[in-house]
Amino acid sequence: MMPASSNSDTKTMNMIEAINSAMDVMLERDPNTVVMGEDVGFFGGVFRATAGLQKKHGKTRVFDTPINECGIIGVAVGMGAYGLRPVPEIQFADYIYPGLDQLVSEAARLRYRSANDYICPMTVRTPFGGGIFGGQTHSQSPESIMTHICGVKTVIPSNPYDAKGLLIAAIEDNDPVVFLEPKRIYNGPFSGYYDRPVEPWSKHDASTVPEGYYRIDLGKAATVREGEALTILAYGTMVHVTKTIVEEMRIDAEILDLRTLLPLDIEAIEASVKKTGRCLIVHEATRTSGFGAELAALVQERCFYHLEAPVERVTGFDTPYPHSLEWAYFPGPVRIATALTKILKD
Amino acid sequence: MSDTPGRPASNLPPLSLHIPEPRYRPGDTPDFGDIVVPEVGATPRPSEDSKPEAMRDLCYGLVRVLDFDGVAKGSWDPKLTPERLRVMLRYMMLTRAFDDRMFRAQRQGKTSFYMKCTGEEATSIASTMAIDRADMCFPSYRQQGILIARDYPLIQMMNQIYSNRGDHLMGRQLPIMYSAPEHGFFSVSGNLATQYPQAVGWAMASASKGDSRIATVWCGEGSSAEGDFHSALTFATVYNAPVIFNVVNNQWAISSFSGFAGGERTTFAARAVGYGIAGLRIDGNDPLAVYAATQWAADRARTNNGPTLIEHFTYRAEGHSTSDDPSAYRAAQEASAWPFGDPIARLKQHLIALGEWDAERHEAQAKELDELVKTTQKQSEKLGILGHGMHQPFETMFQDVFEEMPWHLKEQCDQMLAEQEAKFGPNWKPE
Repeated sequence: MMPASSNSDTKTMNMIEAINSAMDVMLERDPNTVVMGEDVGFFGGVFRATAGLQKKHGKTRVFDTPINECGIIGVAVGMGAYGLRPVPEIQFADYIYPGLDQLVSEAARLRYRSANDYICPMTVRTPFGGGIFGGQTHSQSPESIMTHICGVKTVIPSNPYDAKGLLIAAIEDNDPVVFLEPKRIYNGPFSGYYDRPVEPWSKHDASTVPEGYYRIDLGKAATVREGEALTILAYGTMVHVTKTIVEEMRIDAEILDLRTLLPLDIEAIEASVKKTGRCLIVHEATRTSGFGAELAALVQERCFYHLEAPVERVTGFDTPYPHSLEWAYFPGPVRIATALTKILKD
Repeated sequence: MSDTPGRPASNLPPLSLHIPEPRYRPGDTPDFGDIVVPEVGATPRPSEDSKPEAMRDLCYGLVRVLDFDGVAKGSWDPKLTPERLRVMLRYMMLTRAFDDRMFRAQRQGKTSFYMKCTGEEATSIASTMAIDRADMCFPSYRQQGILIARDYPLIQMMNQIYSNRGDHLMGRQLPIMYSAPEHGFFSVSGNLATQYPQAVGWAMASASKGDSRIATVWCGEGSSAEGDFHSALTFATVYNAPVIFNVVNNQWAISSFSGFAGGERTTFAARAVGYGIAGLRIDGNDPLAVYAATQWAADRARTNNGPTLIEHFTYRAEGHSTSDDPSAYRAAQEASAWPFGDPIARLKQHLIALGEWDAERHEAQAKELDELVKTTQKQSEKLGILGHGMHQPFETMFQDVFEEMPWHLKEQCDQMLAEQEAKFGPNWKPE
């Protein structure tokens, strides 16, 4: 699957490089695009996502900010009102909470409350999720908080190719987008086995990334694997973990990578679950009121008479993300295998 | 379960918690005799490119131009022409007439809510007149004076207040939360001080584009306690943003006096000191002082000399909004005892002292403006009032959540239209 591209030259990229390339392309194409955040300028970001961008595009386009998430998002709202297209980085998704009022009450509501007088074409990039021994303040998955805000789009890529195309589409979008980057898979897809060597992205097809401009429309899921036995709904890191387990267990599962949680690709979900009759939802975030709850409700509302087993959820536990017991918290191979066995037996 | 924490055996003195308390409550006779009123001219006017550390005294002084006999004096006198002063007076009187009538409309059940700016007219009108029309204003909820000073059509303000079919915000916003991009007026938020960092962002964008426009922003002394206020000042000083911060210190945040925002310890202008930016404390009831301070700050911003924080020392002569009764929490005579008088009366007195105005013309103008507001109100009410019929097509509820309506909102919109038909039949139309 290779969409139209203005530049057919490709390069092997990991997710960080693909995300960097997306911002590079947009800074080049659109003089109103600005990239800002803590440590993103000279240093190039704590995860290197903005490496080299300040040098190439200048200090007024790519710059460091105070450690003040309310200010970062609030200032970006004002820049958007002026006519810029800000791409603020929040260094960890766990730090988005001090900026939440500016996101919920301002960015998300500006178009509506002003009846299109003002818009907020902002893309908030932020790394999320565990698996890097980040402890409880560098590991959280707040996606369901974002999807609960009306007026914000929530996007989660799972590989370099998608990350670049989706980020370009997010930056070009005229509404605020929260772009959650699964940091565990920045450098390579994750099997779920933390004690095995990390496989680099270069061995994965999706690391072949066009160097130029292309976009992947928001709101479209991707079928990672076709199958008949059941449908697995996943996103981000969990796409790779579930794929590994399914292949190990030789289960003919269909895996949908949702890619955009809001707006959700409900057609793809409905078609797949109606075909397989079973649905497993996998996410790393805490269970109660997690996005899995929304997915389970939608599936039973739309596919109830096609279901042959109860919808199952595999999630993180309803505890803070523990530091030393990270892998006991993570919804890894054992938790997924247990759920698969159960849903296929019913 | 632990016991209530208590005092362990100790010979140290007990600590005590300070809960601020205003000096006067209902029934008290207020006396503001201890408020320091420096002589006009006592506060020097530094050059617009002065270093903030060289002008810290201005954060604790009080910029004044008009003395209490209506005479303009000192280095801050903006020396406006009589014609300009009359325009200013007219805007201020129009704002007051508008406020009175809209307050009454709320009491008559024609809308849900209103907020007057009585006694504070100078803080928005003189301020707006001192900047360029192209400069961007980020108001709080009490700066209707900006729209009036920029000749925004009164009927559009009223249509918004009534949420009627002329309201271009389609009835989505609480009354007075206007939006007017063509008049450089940002959409008013109901959340406090959120506009502060936004104004800085707008100013940063303007500077980064090599534009010449600056941003101005308002909040009350109460909401200067919000984190957003401090985020904004941090960003403004870091990037030397071309922005003017107005803190309208009207002494009261609903029923909480300025002490709950830190006003017992220092001035609000002095917040500037910690951020290393210029600060001015001014008589907010003196329209010429407001004009002069704003002009100073605008020149400073426009010449890349950075942001200014202006504390407008004033008094909220009426309640916070139509939803509170100030007689329940403060002394009734506070407004009349306020040592700085009323801004409209002071400008009128000044113009009369100049021989450029008289009591008859003033009365005639007041009458004329009342009539203008009344006529406009009638026109607006023809387009509907709140709660008497529904004025917007129901589907507008779902528009503008996003640029394009996603499937889940389309489904919900269909559901609502079915509900509408069940309730009102197939031929229902907005009134």
